[in-house]
Amino acid sequence: MPRANLVKAFRKLLPSESVLFEPEDLRPYECDGLSAYRQMPMIAVLPSNEAEIIEILKICTAEKIPVVARGAGTGLSGGALPHADGVLLSLAKLNEILEIDPDACTARVQPGVRNLAISEASEAYGLYYAPDPSSQIACTIGGNVAENSGGVHCLKYGLTVHNILKLRVLTIEGDSLEIGSEALDSSGFDLLALMTGSEGMLGIITEITVKLLPKPETAQLVMAAFDDVEKAGAAVANIIQAGIVPAGLEMMDRMTIAAVEDFIHAGYDPDAAAIVLCESDGSNEEVADEIEKIRDIMHMSGAVRIDTARNEAERRRFWAGRKAAFPAAGRVSPDYYCMDGTIPRKHLAEVLRRIEDLSSEFGLRCMNVFHAGDGNLHPLILYDANRSGELEKAEAFGARILEICIEAGGSLTGEHGVGIEKLNQMCLQFGEAERDIFHAVKAAFDPDALLNPGKAIPSLRRCAEFGAMHVHRGEEKFPDLPRF
Amino acid sequence: MEAIVEQLTECVVKANKNKQALCIRGGGSKDFYGNARALRYPKLEIRPYQGIVDYEPSELVVSARAGTPLNELESLLSEHGQMLAFEPPDFNGAATLGGCIAAGLSGPRRGYAGAARDFVLGVKLLDGRGRILNFGGRVMKNVAGYDVSRLMTGAMGTLGVILEASLKVLPKPESERTLCFELPVEEALETMRRCAGQTLPVSATCHIDRRLYIRLSGIESAVDAAHVKLGGDEFGDNLSFWESIKNQTHPFFRGNKRLWRLSVKSTAPPFSITCEQAIEWGGALRWFAAAEDCTATAVRAQAEKAGGHAMLFRGKDPNISAFHPLPPALLKIHRRLKRQFDPAGIFNPQRLFPEF
Repeated sequence: MPRANLVKAFRKLLPSESVLFEPEDLRPYECDGLSAYRQMPMIAVLPSNEAEIIEILKICTAEKIPVVARGAGTGLSGGALPHADGVLLSLAKLNEILEIDPDACTARVQPGVRNLAISEASEAYGLYYAPDPSSQIACTIGGNVAENSGGVHCLKYGLTVHNILKLRVLTIEGDSLEIGSEALDSSGFDLLALMTGSEGMLGIITEITVKLLPKPETAQLVMAAFDDVEKAGAAVANIIQAGIVPAGLEMMDRMTIAAVEDFIHAGYDPDAAAIVLCESDGSNEEVADEIEKIRDIMHMSGAVRIDTARNEAERRRFWAGRKAAFPAAGRVSPDYYCMDGTIPRKHLAEVLRRIEDLSSEFGLRCMNVFHAGDGNLHPLILYDANRSGELEKAEAFGARILEICIEAGGSLTGEHGVGIEKLNQMCLQFGEAERDIFHAVKAAFDPDALLNPGKAIPSLRRCAEFGAMHVHRGEEKFPDLPRF
Repeated sequence: MEAIVEQLTECVVKANKNKQALCIRGGGSKDFYGNARALRYPKLEIRPYQGIVDYEPSELVVSARAGTPLNELESLLSEHGQMLAFEPPDFNGAATLGGCIAAGLSGPRRGYAGAARDFVLGVKLLDGRGRILNFGGRVMKNVAGYDVSRLMTGAMGTLGVILEASLKVLPKPESERTLCFELPVEEALETMRRCAGQTLPVSATCHIDRRLYIRLSGIESAVDAAHVKLGGDEFGDNLSFWESIKNQTHPFFRGNKRLWRLSVKSTAPPFSITCEQAIEWGGALRWFAAAEDCTATAVRAQAEKAGGHAMLFRGKDPNISAFHPLPPALLKIHRRLKRQFDPAGIFNPQRLFPEF
């Protein structure tokens, strides 16, 4: 169907301001948080309820038009990058908190509700929604489910998949599914887990029931400075080994400390090679006891300076530094490229060393922030997009970092998703048979591959082409992976 | 060990070719569970494939082969002050890791620490075509590809043979104490609800025989403080009581009546059915020991009304699907997934649903 006819069809369903097709109206949708990739959609639609979405999907199914769902567009892997011949389905107008049940500790919300808005609305009941991705002021819960978002507190409180109970999902074939339930489990396969992190490839989520937790009585933070990254890594392992599961366990390297200190004045030791932030929350008794243990372990592990936040203001200031790492990178460099690999923690020192070597090899600086507790590394590669060739260099550097994470037994993405960005590395992390199963899972929900096509799972052909060019220093990497 | 994998693969490839149904079997501790029909097929024995593949306490991850006895795995973790936080039942003691994940059952701690599926990080799988596949991994956070590892949890082996699993483990609590209150069911539910809205170190709740048991787990000072807050008597036999609930050796579970498991919204009011009832998970799990005249339709209607589902847990009946039937749109997705993972339909036919 030509675009003009499609616009006409959508305008029968939606008010005209909710059907966008002029270039200047589409421009805001051309990229998500990964702005290096840009693509204008054919049309963008902004439905305001489930009934409208059903009708939109009917048209798209009948005409075999690709559909890309979008929340707030804060994703970092290009998962919401539009399709040139497709419809961009914005869920931003479905932004109502439908119900908070303080007795059951649940909230039923629409997908366009912002992550933080759920905690704000629950506060009156002493409850909150635990997963706290750093974009939580802006990102939507629908996008969080699509990406299985984490945050600094997920070591103790889990990821999105651990904190949702039920989804309403529309399939591209027009079925309405209730996945999960108000109970703690459901009959049949765990489709709730399958939907979480599926990057908009399996269905359109129209309603989410999340779990709420009672707000901890108190929280306290220890900041420890180390003169050596390896010692900092060992401190993290020692804390876990001592039977402590901290509410947050974060680490920053020297370059990050300098950039952040310059920007936020968080009170970090500027001479430190690494800083570890360790938070305890819970009842007053628990926290007092745990903080004492944490301080002892930091000391034993060779920390050169240990500070416990003296008050809530100081605790927030210590955290502010960590949370400002990304904007701080933006201050010391015109552009930065954020990676998201995970590794078994024991390989941290080695992986950081290899990243440092690559930094000299590519001639690009790299800051490292690390969700140390759960092994999720965010190297920030600093580059200048206005210098010819630097973006490509940054991308090549980033790709090598992901390959190192995979080699270390980790994963190419901990919480940002594959999107459009990491398709090539998916060919390295998974063999042909696993990718075949991924395509089969997609086909079970979306036989015509209309939902977010070309994302998350690379085609067999793409991997073949990538494999052909991925020859490193004259020898093929990962010789044990099947090639064809 | 690799010879065993070769044998298993060979068996599956042959079965796939001949469309010969197989019954995947670990320790056989859950033969009573699920629909019976699958049990008549030739057994694919997984128990010989055992052993810890990797365990580093400071990583909070353990990987083991599917045939590894659950109690062996748990004693290894215990030596290092760690545990499987979902407290899986091992029933007669023969349960294996593979069966534990395939059945996806969790014990008393589930309402507070999470279920089996919440702790699964990765699986090695043998699919219906005889391919060995690796999903997930040994890291806490991993969003590369669809979450096939969690999909296997509770699938009752109908999608593939779990060969190996990696699980997140947690430190054992420093201190544990059980409080006991004589309470009728309404007040017990109300107490459970009140606990859920506060930051108390509650790790299990159970209302059985008109008594409410609340287990506190955590550091000593927090357990003390919670005890003061909740009041109640300390119940001496902490360990064996929760064992008897987890493994269903408590007399409530041992009668000759049908045992229904209702998973419902935690705040659902007490059920008005006339049978013995027990409650766990802060109200989210209700057990009925019901006579046969209490029909499946009636029990399932009550469960649905309470926002959940009902499973015939013990006391098989060929006329009753053990698991709560699915609505047509969900059944369609289930069938398609089954066909993709196991095209010839050889794995545990009908163990989960009569339809596949």
